[in-house]
Amino acid sequence: MGAYVLRRLAYGVGVVLGVLFLLFVLFFAVTEPEDIARKALGDKAPPEAVAIWLENHGYDRPLWPWQNFQENLLFDHYRKMLTFDFGLSDADDSPIVDRIKAGAGPSLSLTVPLLVLSLLAAIPLSLLVAFFRETYIDRMGVFLCVLAMSVSTLLYIIGGQYIIGKLLRWYPISGFDADPLLLPRFLALPILVGILSGIGGDVRFYRTVFLEESGRDFVRTARAKGASEPRIMTRHVLRNALIPILTRVVLAIPFLFMGSLLLEAFFGIPGLGSMTFDAIQANDFATLRTMVYVGALLFIFGQVATDISYGFVDPRVRVE
Amino acid sequence: MMGVDAYIWSNLMTVLLIAGAVYAARVVRAQRLWREAAGELWRRRRFAIVVVGIYLGIGVADSIAWVGGVPEDAVGVLPNAPLSLIDRLFLDTREASYSAPLASVEFYGGKALRHPGSHLLGTDILGRDVLYMVFKGARVALLIGGLTSLIAIPLALLFGVSAGYFGGRIDDAVFFIISTLAAIPGLLLLIALIMVMGRGTVSVCIALAVTGWVGFCRLSRAETLKLRELDYIQAARALGVSEARIILRHILPNLAHLIVITFVLTFSGLVLSEATLSWLGIGVDGSWGQMIDGARDELSRSPIVWWNIGAAGAALFGLILAVNAVGDAIRDVLDPRTLRGSE
Repeated sequence: MGAYVLRRLAYGVGVVLGVLFLLFVLFFAVTEPEDIARKALGDKAPPEAVAIWLENHGYDRPLWPWQNFQENLLFDHYRKMLTFDFGLSDADDSPIVDRIKAGAGPSLSLTVPLLVLSLLAAIPLSLLVAFFRETYIDRMGVFLCVLAMSVSTLLYIIGGQYIIGKLLRWYPISGFDADPLLLPRFLALPILVGILSGIGGDVRFYRTVFLEESGRDFVRTARAKGASEPRIMTRHVLRNALIPILTRVVLAIPFLFMGSLLLEAFFGIPGLGSMTFDAIQANDFATLRTMVYVGALLFIFGQVATDISYGFVDPRVRVE
Repeated sequence: MMGVDAYIWSNLMTVLLIAGAVYAARVVRAQRLWREAAGELWRRRRFAIVVVGIYLGIGVADSIAWVGGVPEDAVGVLPNAPLSLIDRLFLDTREASYSAPLASVEFYGGKALRHPGSHLLGTDILGRDVLYMVFKGARVALLIGGLTSLIAIPLALLFGVSAGYFGGRIDDAVFFIISTLAAIPGLLLLIALIMVMGRGTVSVCIALAVTGWVGFCRLSRAETLKLRELDYIQAARALGVSEARIILRHILPNLAHLIVITFVLTFSGLVLSEATLSWLGIGVDGSWGQMIDGARDELSRSPIVWWNIGAAGAALFGLILAVNAVGDAIRDVLDPRTLRGSE
């Protein structure tokens, strides 16, 4: 078991190093720091100003170790990223760490209820569709799922804002207030839109999981013993299907911190998604590569944690 | 408008693609398995296939362009610009500003239009015919889905099949690359690639290909691993057939159904991603995503300008729905593992 955990951890570290190398190639070797400085300061900036800017951001050294082994950007990049020293934004020189800390709360206040409510909506619906498998209700359900999946998220957001926010005036079109009494009013619409835009794919996925589970031998045995059909669906199918469902949820948890780029930017929620959106608009490469790194780190962490916990539960996994 | 020489390339590519499609159709007809699958598909999803065909037809009509044959007094056309069939259909339909669908007077101002009653879907703020823009978007959408797949699928096959077939160090290396790319959240990787490569159709397609490549590579690797151990491959190896020939004759044909299924199922995802990218300001010019993004604010006008966003949204929805429907049916028909009727 110890060897398995070590192997998984080593692989996780290897992938983190690989991601960092890819980021270095993209954000340093392809777009050179000089270009970023030009974008931040404008084309007419004097060379001295560019030099000062490069020095302030720590970009004033050669790229590769073979150019200067003591001082080069590749080693700097690895050292800074691995110690979570994310440095300054390329656009407005503010420390990136502070903004990540400030943005995590609003992001979580949107994504956690969104995940929980999506699950609560999608699982009963897909159980229902799977219960009526091979009937018109099932076919109708699958058709509605494909219909819902074929609409662009943009249209869900714009439609939701227009109908619920502008015509019906139930909730504000966009905005955010950290006051716990006001917060639900601002979050209701983005959460509703988020659930709607995801539900088609979710129901279809869970339906497949349930159908796979309901073809198993123990389900047939339960039926042969005379268990009622609703009891089979809840006690036998749902319970066993919880394993793949949990895997999907556990893998989604790290991304809760990243927020939802589209929803946050459209509804004016000052989370990490909005931060990424602003970074794109402002050509802020430092923030962008930090966000990519943090996202990848969270994903790898979630994956390794899942693998290790599987190793504890299921001895077959360890041998491989 | 296309560049001076770009239209020749576009014409050439279109001819090549049509030739490829004809060749594929001949292959399908020649083999019983594929012929029967195609027949079954047509029986199940006749309507969706016709809809996809209409989009394809519009896309092809907009890809064939030539210079000349334009009346001297046409508004808003450069004398030597290459114009596609679609451009020629909508030549000289421009108005001063908004027109509602089939209206005879301007939407704001009430002055007479130059072409009263001829704008089936109205015009936008610059007076461009919305139907024309929707038609132009079809080519962009097909280009995004098609070009991306043309980059991604061969690469994924090359890496996936060689990793699965040869195993060992090659497999380790490919698997490491896959894990690294898969570790980065998709949308963030897309954004990073496009920001670094610069905006434009080709860089959007390359970025989508890099992110979309991973899933297919993993799939073809896993499938090759399974195929490699099968008896007929072992037999071919025992007979001394070369590695290259085994891959070409025995492995790739057995991956063909997977290629078709993945191509159709990823196509709609690619086009929808482009809509999101358009809204982020890093999409492709002339796409439906850009139309939707541009028309977003017009919903707040009073009286409301709805036909713009409605037309682009409906066109996008129609294509995606039809492709999804065809894709599901293709998977059912070609993949024996999915149960009949349970989709």
